[in-house]
Amino acid sequence: MEFVTSKLEAAANWGRKFSLFTYPFVTACCGMEFMSVAAPKYDIARFGAEFPRFSPRQSDMLMVVGTITEKQGPILRRVYEQMAEPKWVIAFGVCASTGGFYQNYHAMPGCDQVIPVDVYIPGCPPRPEQVLDALIMLQKKVQEGRGESIDSYRRAMAAQTGNQ
Amino acid sequence: MARSVLDALTSRFGDAITTRSDHGDEVAVVARDRLVEVATFLRDDPAMAFDSPVFCTCLDRLHLNEDPRFEVSWQLRSLRHRQRIRLAVQVPEEDARVPSLTGVWAGLDWQERETYDMYGIRFDGHHDLRRIYLYEEFVGWPLRKDYPKEKRQPLVRRTGLE
Amino acid sequence: MSSLKTYVLGRKTAEDLDRDDDDLPNELMTVNMGPSHPAMHGTVRIVLTVDGERVVSGDVQPGFLHRCFEKEAEHATWTQVFPYTDRLNYVSPMLNNVGYAMAVEKLLDLTGKLPRRAEYIRVIVGEISRITDHLTCTGASAMELGAFTPFLYLLKSREWFYQLLEKVSGARLTHSYVRIGGVFADLPDGFHDELLGLLDKTEAVMVEVEALLNNNKIFHDRMAGVGVLTAEDCTRLGITGPMLRASGVDYDVRKDFPYSIYDDLEFDVPVGSKGDCFDRYLVRIAEIRQSIRILRQCLAQIPDGPIIVDDPRVALPPKSETYNTIEGMIRHFKHIMDGIRVPPGEAYTFIEGGNGELGFFIRADGTGRPYKCYVRSPSFVHLSTVGNTIKGHLIADIVPIFGMINMIGGECDK
Repeated sequence: MEFVTSKLEAAANWGRKFSLFTYPFVTACCGMEFMSVAAPKYDIARFGAEFPRFSPRQSDMLMVVGTITEKQGPILRRVYEQMAEPKWVIAFGVCASTGGFYQNYHAMPGCDQVIPVDVYIPGCPPRPEQVLDALIMLQKKVQEGRGESIDSYRRAMAAQTGNQ
Repeated sequence: MARSVLDALTSRFGDAITTRSDHGDEVAVVARDRLVEVATFLRDDPAMAFDSPVFCTCLDRLHLNEDPRFEVSWQLRSLRHRQRIRLAVQVPEEDARVPSLTGVWAGLDWQERETYDMYGIRFDGHHDLRRIYLYEEFVGWPLRKDYPKEKRQPLVRRTGLE
Repeated sequence: MSSLKTYVLGRKTAEDLDRDDDDLPNELMTVNMGPSHPAMHGTVRIVLTVDGERVVSGDVQPGFLHRCFEKEAEHATWTQVFPYTDRLNYVSPMLNNVGYAMAVEKLLDLTGKLPRRAEYIRVIVGEISRITDHLTCTGASAMELGAFTPFLYLLKSREWFYQLLEKVSGARLTHSYVRIGGVFADLPDGFHDELLGLLDKTEAVMVEVEALLNNNKIFHDRMAGVGVLTAEDCTRLGITGPMLRASGVDYDVRKDFPYSIYDDLEFDVPVGSKGDCFDRYLVRIAEIRQSIRILRQCLAQIPDGPIIVDDPRVALPPKSETYNTIEGMIRHFKHIMDGIRVPPGEAYTFIEGGNGELGFFIRADGTGRPYKCYVRSPSFVHLSTVGNTIKGHLIADIVPIFGMINMIGGECDK
């Protein structure tokens, strides 16, 4: 029985990884490189992640593109919580990963202060090839059924349904 | 090019104005209570015709050891006569209020809000003086020299998502 | 039949139709166009009060990308500020670099004393940045109105310029190429021919895009007559750049307060007449053509020579001196560790940025770090006018109005 369900799950994951719908949470300069990745030369449509869905309800990958500031924190948190599982997060650019070279009173040191992140892409801004590399890494993760938010969701469910 | 403007100002307003010139920029330091009068003259007089505002900002002179602490400056431009001038008002820390020039040039609206947000200077007569870049819960005036650069005041951090 | 009509519509006569309006809700609604929105160039929040589809008032709230440029500049040396300036207007980064360098050079009394080749290189990369700015603005605005094809064509053209600038400076987007006193490295071999080839290809792309958009009825209907600002409004509000020129005022910093070598170059300043969004779009397209014209002249006129001023206070020594003489090594060390020492003074320098008058107000106190470095950003001023401009328009009109301001978040929120 587990053989059938695990094969089904692998097939479902195969479908998920090649049809990731992104929600590009674009704030800053990395947005220009995101546009370049979506443009004809470094086509992200080849990998299935073509259409950005500008609604968290309809997307399963949140791409945090650019610097997150303290003022933006609650909004990012709310957008993340509105997405349905399974969901993955890519921190695009060094500002979203660790804060970059901005160490001041308003730039948050990385978006993982508010949401769990699956793949970090360094670079200021990263080259489009780096972004595609990160997407392939994420697709591997999706195929294996792993992911920060999925794992935390499973832990939360296990805590609720387990022996209490 | 703005030398004649400074001369006209000093001849008309006397000792409410002190002038200085630095690297080609002409600055007129105005007494606080005559500021709106000077600004209206600069806008309406046909020989001056300063019809366009450029910026409004503040200089915190704490580390320069000069008194009074803040110098609020407005840069103006005349599109007709192609000249520029900077008005400055010096205020101490205990009484950091200046009259607002939004009644004279509407374009200074957000610039003055930004100066309030960053330095804590109150603009009397501004119709909607609230923080513009930072959130309402932020405490303090970040661009003052005594605010540490890395003092964060986070609104939300990651809890409950583990 | 009246009985069927009564059964279906619940009404008895035609006069009853007039009284239906009493049942429709007529209070104003508050709607949030939040900071993360597909039809926004940058991250800005507009809290709208609407009456149906019509906007009654809008409260524009910027600041979601406030990265504290001024505070960081006060803690960095004069040369370390260049990467921060790149990220101000990140679609035309070279222009910000040039503006900041010119402001510091004014305090050092180096204005007009730079080598000719350095000035030409600055103008060349500056105009390429202006072209990328206008390409991105037009492409993104067209996409927001539904025209996806011009977006892809313009981005294809922008990609060529990014690759060229990568060969020049090492980075596609955030170059930090300009230094105080000149630029940091010379143009690579083959730059001249490659740029000429790109200019021809870009003009071909512009012809295609204009064919798609200029006489397009849908584009015209959405942009013409929307967001009209008269010349007096623009002047009073401090608006500059393509928006001011679209309203009919002939003001361009490169012509009226010429800096660098713009006096020796021949170009026109496109001026619109109606001040609506369609005119702003046309002004931007015309400016791309004028920038291409400037670039052709620069490539023909550029002389040979040094690329940075030979002043020990300002420039790093050449590598052969650094490695072989003790004075060169000490000069290099002090330059990197202490920074350039700028004598105390205060200056405001402005250039024609992609959006308008981009100015740097700098106060130096004699040490190696700026005491204050304020950016007069045109997008901030333009965004402050949106709250008034959208009154009376439909919600769908906010998209072209906002798009044609070309609000760049990094520049607006500093």
